[in-house]
Amino acid sequence: MVKGIEKSGIPVVHICTVVPISLTVGANRIVPATAIPYPLGDPTLAEPEEKKLRRKLIEKALETLTTEISEQTVF
Amino acid sequence: MKKIKVVHYINQFFAGIGGEEKADIKPEKKDGFMGPGIGLNGMFKEEAEIVGTIICGDSYFNENLEEAQAEVFEMIKSYEPDLFIAGPAFNAGRYGVACGAIAKYVKEELNIPVLTAMYKENPGVDMYAKDVHIIETGDSAASMRKVLPLMTSFALKLVKNEVIGTPEEEGYIPMGVRRNVFVDEIGGKRAVDMLVKKLNKEDFETEYPMPVFDNVEPGKAIKDLSKAKIALVTSGGIVPPGNPDKIESSSASKYGAYDITGVRNLEVACHETAHGGYDPSFANEDANRIVPLDVLRDMEDEGIIGELYNTFFSTVGNGTSVKNSLKYAEEFTKQLLADDVDAVILTST
Repeated sequence: MVKGIEKSGIPVVHICTVVPISLTVGANRIVPATAIPYPLGDPTLAEPEEKKLRRKLIEKALETLTTEISEQTVF
Repeated sequence: MKKIKVVHYINQFFAGIGGEEKADIKPEKKDGFMGPGIGLNGMFKEEAEIVGTIICGDSYFNENLEEAQAEVFEMIKSYEPDLFIAGPAFNAGRYGVACGAIAKYVKEELNIPVLTAMYKENPGVDMYAKDVHIIETGDSAASMRKVLPLMTSFALKLVKNEVIGTPEEEGYIPMGVRRNVFVDEIGGKRAVDMLVKKLNKEDFETEYPMPVFDNVEPGKAIKDLSKAKIALVTSGGIVPPGNPDKIESSSASKYGAYDITGVRNLEVACHETAHGGYDPSFANEDANRIVPLDVLRDMEDEGIIGELYNTFFSTVGNGTSVKNSLKYAEEFTKQLLADDVDAVILTST
């Protein structure tokens, strides 16, 4: 899906846990996530902490979208 | 003659331990054979014997690649095998990656023949086809009966150092190895014959397939986030309560487009996952863990991003073919372009 979207020119950031798979499917901007069943969370944390963690990941993802790249990059 | 000692690697599912809720189990070893190993061992007849089976949860392996690999390797080594077999993994992505990774590692470290098997679209193929022999399977365990005999006969050939035929003859996925052979006709004649066939629109077989480079150019960076319209897309199968579009839990035949106008939080909106390839309890409890709507709404309020696009797109990535995924993305991207979306955050489980 990443490639299907990005070939239109719209930049995509892929947040995922298994980075090697993301590289294989051709994502260009990659942000490693927490875990497979909860990429943007952590059920062991209390809710405010969990949301903070999610916010951090999103901030990082947005940063990749403002960064010019020329090849596949894991941030 | 001494029996060939085989060690077999399988995941938690094929070991009968459990499905996704057990995908985080750590590696363990069991003497003898189990699961698909029962079939393999039977087909080895008296020539070889599976002396040990290593089991590891797919999520555990992929989330802890290096440690898991080292732990599994020590267990394999403890049996002093002559041959290592992993899988078959069919179209299970994390399982395929685990099989490929550990097979490659064993081949390099122990210098023994290794073999795995999976479906051609499994990400493990792209990652490891160059390193290890991978027997091609169908996309589901329904092809088990066909693939096990191929695996045992091919594995015995490897161990006995017999001549290995071409991928077509043996049923393995091409490794990109070229071997010199003698042919009757000179290159010029063969090239002209091929060209004539091509001109006549007949089938011909190239002697040197070109590599396929199909990565796409990275999209241009966004200049000003505070003016950007951001869209959310997921392969994690998040859907409104009750899964109104009935997106399948694996090999999804469709995607959903869901309006989130005025929705601030997917937990409160009771969204859930239709995905059958990971433990759904965490996503069902709080879907923001997959589609981070709550945080993006906050950032929209704070003016950090211009706006959040009011539709999110979702499908189930579990076993869904590359061709279909591409088709879904091309379809909804038309809408993204029409609505001037500047960037996409795509989340995967």
